[in-house]
Amino acid sequence: MTREATPKAFPEQRIFKPLYFILLFVLGLTGFGQMPIFKRYYIADIPGLGWLANFYATHYIHYIGAILLFGFFAYAGVIYFGLIRKQFHLTSAAYIRIAILALIAITGIFRVLKNLPDMVFSPLFTMVIDISHLAFMMFLMIFGILFMVLKKGWLVEK
Amino acid sequence: MPKEISRRSFLKGSLVAACATCASQVPLPASAKSKDGQELATLIDIRKCIGCEACVEACREVNDFKYPEPEKPFPKMYPNRVKVADWSDEEGREVRDRLTPYNWLTIQSATVDIDGEETELSFPRRCMHCQNPPCADLCPWGAARKLENGITVIHSDICLGGKKCQVVCPWNIPERQTGVGIYLDILPSLAGNGVMYKCDRCYNRIADGELPACIEECPEDVQIIGPRDEIVREAHRLVEEEGVYIYGETENGGTNTLYVSPVPYETLNQAISKGPGQPHFDKVEDQMAHADNLAKAMLIAPLAGMAAAVGKIYKASKKLGDHAGEAS
Repeated sequence: MTREATPKAFPEQRIFKPLYFILLFVLGLTGFGQMPIFKRYYIADIPGLGWLANFYATHYIHYIGAILLFGFFAYAGVIYFGLIRKQFHLTSAAYIRIAILALIAITGIFRVLKNLPDMVFSPLFTMVIDISHLAFMMFLMIFGILFMVLKKGWLVEK
Repeated sequence: MPKEISRRSFLKGSLVAACATCASQVPLPASAKSKDGQELATLIDIRKCIGCEACVEACREVNDFKYPEPEKPFPKMYPNRVKVADWSDEEGREVRDRLTPYNWLTIQSATVDIDGEETELSFPRRCMHCQNPPCADLCPWGAARKLENGITVIHSDICLGGKKCQVVCPWNIPERQTGVGIYLDILPSLAGNGVMYKCDRCYNRIADGELPACIEECPEDVQIIGPRDEIVREAHRLVEEEGVYIYGETENGGTNTLYVSPVPYETLNQAISKGPGQPHFDKVEDQMAHADNLAKAMLIAPLAGMAAAVGKIYKASKKLGDHAGEAS
């Protein structure tokens, strides 16, 4: 019988989890900040959150978060294949998370490309990218909550 | 000035050629592409403008069919801080001394000193059509977008009127009209607030091989239009030969609207009325430059992550080897 477990042999795991949550929280917050809602709904009026109404600030932070996330994904991926896979394998919940994260990353990359000078996408493609990026983030949140309730982790012992 | 730039036939010919070569690419209105895919820019010579407002009237006339016809009463907005923006009554529609959803081009004036003589200058102001427009880059729905020919348009069927484009625009150009647009079909009280409007440089007329109305109707030939590199070259020629000053070549990383003025823009900027619907002539840094640099860093990030992980695995393997050696 297999059981889902935290690979105690790898100290990275202690850092991976909080880092993953912090990055996703910041990216989610600044991503929603791309819509003009935080000022409208007084959230930016909360002391310390005024920056949420600054579209350039949220945009830069979203980009910085994406840079860190890409670095983190690459690091975690190589560590998994190089070290963790010997003792653990990914759960089905992990595969679902990875698929959604990949879709978020791909649509995000297209959005970044679209923002570069001299890069012009068709209106329909731009809209599909924008809305699907948001929709995949919503899926990730829904599945994240679901897996948390069902206690479905990322790794299972071999 | 290259003769062909100001000629309607040149524009028409180049657009038709572009149309033929690009027709198979579909995503954008093919006919709205300029020759060789170059962006089209305009050059506004402030010295020539007499402030007759012929451009303003021409703009209003040809774009009348694009103006909002809002449904009233407007939906009650929540929370209360969300203000209605309504220019649709008779008085609002007649406003010409600022930009509004019904007035995409306005004439500004300034009294300045030229060679010791008090001189009244006037000049048309509208969207600058940035080369890397923050309004289009940061629009969360893709409603604001840049066409391949350098025109930035706001798609009124998609825009929710959140006003983000106005906030991020260095000149705060787009103007909102409440009570119109797709937000009425979604959550009219809770999200969106109308549609944003601004100059679209008569993209539909350009697609048909015509000049923008403001250029065509100007009795003084204040504006010319052509491929951006030719427009920039002409502006530099005027600087060298006639000592004018350029605005728009580098502002916000470069715009497709260039001005030439007989006085420095600091002087002009101090002499004009500035505020809502009345754009400034300040220096403007490239608003998207930081984001563009961060985008490059996104390419390096995965490589850095992989390198760090490989280092970690190497260390772990070495440690394991050392332990194995000690055990034996």
